Amino acid sequence: MSGYIPLSFGDLAIAGLLILVNGALSLALGLGVERRLAIAAGRMVVQLLLVGLVLQVLFGAASLAATAAVALAMVLFAGREAVARQERRLAGWWSYGLGTAAMLLAAGVVTTFALTTQLRPDPWYDPRYAIPLLGMVLGNTMTGISLGLTILTGDLSAGRAGVEARLALGADRYQAMLPLIRKALRGALMPVVNGMAATGLVSLPGMMTGQILGGVAPVEAVKYQIMVMFLIAGGTGLGATAAVLGGVFRLTDHRHRVRLDRLAPRRP
Amino acid sequence: MLTIRDMSRPGLAPFRLDVADGECVVVTGPSGAGKSLLLRAIADLDPSDGCVSLDGIDREAMPAPAWRSRVCYLAAEPGWWADSVAEHFPDWTAAAALIERLLLPAEIGAKPVAVLSTGERQRLALARAVVRQPRVLLLDEPTAALDAASRDAAEALLAERRAAGMALIWVSHDAAQARRVASRRIEVAGGRVTEVEVAK
Repeated sequence: MSGYIPLSFGDLAIAGLLILVNGALSLALGLGVERRLAIAAGRMVVQLLLVGLVLQVLFGAASLAATAAVALAMVLFAGREAVARQERRLAGWWSYGLGTAAMLLAAGVVTTFALTTQLRPDPWYDPRYAIPLLGMVLGNTMTGISLGLTILTGDLSAGRAGVEARLALGADRYQAMLPLIRKALRGALMPVVNGMAATGLVSLPGMMTGQILGGVAPVEAVKYQIMVMFLIAGGTGLGATAAVLGGVFRLTDHRHRVRLDRLAPRRP
Repeated sequence: MLTIRDMSRPGLAPFRLDVADGECVVVTGPSGAGKSLLLRAIADLDPSDGCVSLDGIDREAMPAPAWRSRVCYLAAEPGWWADSVAEHFPDWTAAAALIERLLLPAEIGAKPVAVLSTGERQRLALARAVVRQPRVLLLDEPTAALDAASRDAAEALLAERRAAGMALIWVSHDAAQARRVASRRIEVAGGRVTEVEVAK
């Protein structure tokens, strides 16, 4: 941590001039986004400052209960976001419950695994490691879960006849749904696979860049990034599998019938 | 022997029906009257109330897949789940004789389903159900898209299976076909099921 340059609020104000440039551009060209731009920039500043304060307090406290509470709040927000991204949702509490439960399972297992066997901070739940790690795993797991569920519900609505043809010939619900399960999971994993393949060539991951700016030697920052990519891949696979299998369970019943009536009505 | 007591579902009032081995009960009635709903309920593809049994064994007493491999439903617009035709059959070579009886070439097995005509698909869907040898076959307009020769071939095949004991519940809009194949006839209208006298 040698070459780290602290920023003053004056420095931020200078960088913020670029937002003013965007605003002027919007006014000059009649884009009409200047209000939204100002509000979004304001929100970003306030939200991040608040998060910074919360994390500062949390790191100082280093208590298991406080860390767990913040982690839970993150999972609940991510669950809401995963639902919002789906085109056709499950009806009722299943919609929010399934996505959030899958996220809690996947991100919880993967983050705990990383904290207890690789990073091993003392105590193991040290929020300085646990919270950023959870955040990175959650963000990607959320994408995988909402993609998997979107593909599953879309394919089942469109391909109901094929699934029912198999059921009518005596297949059970998992046999009949297998092609849909495979397709949904392939789709859910694709962003992670593509992301890993492109990392370093096309994109420099934000975490690694941040560490380098923070003064960490590039090779050390890269090691962290590799670990994080593995964790993200594991979390996405686990979370998407749990969510898609849960979705199949909910969209069929104990008599092996297709139950599209358990999807919420299509949004206008 | 298929026994149905007080079966009902949304869109269908309670009714009773007995179908003996080798019988063919033709179901007639206007479009949208609930004929397909009736067949789907018997196959347990949609939730329904009442008591349905086969040879005295209640359908709830066995897993739904076991029930449906005995009481098999063939949709009016059959669905497909794989690319090629042969993948929809448990054993394509064993089905070859059946395929040819329905006036289809054996090479059709290698074709993708997407390139087939409606009539070809309808016969293949019939074949993939018959080849599994269910006790009861629930047919939803199985010959609607067929020319006269293919239709006769399908009717002959089903008559032969009936003689071997397979029972049929056959939805048909074709009055002449109903007269040809029915041993009994029921009418579905406005969600009500009534038995119609068949003059033979």
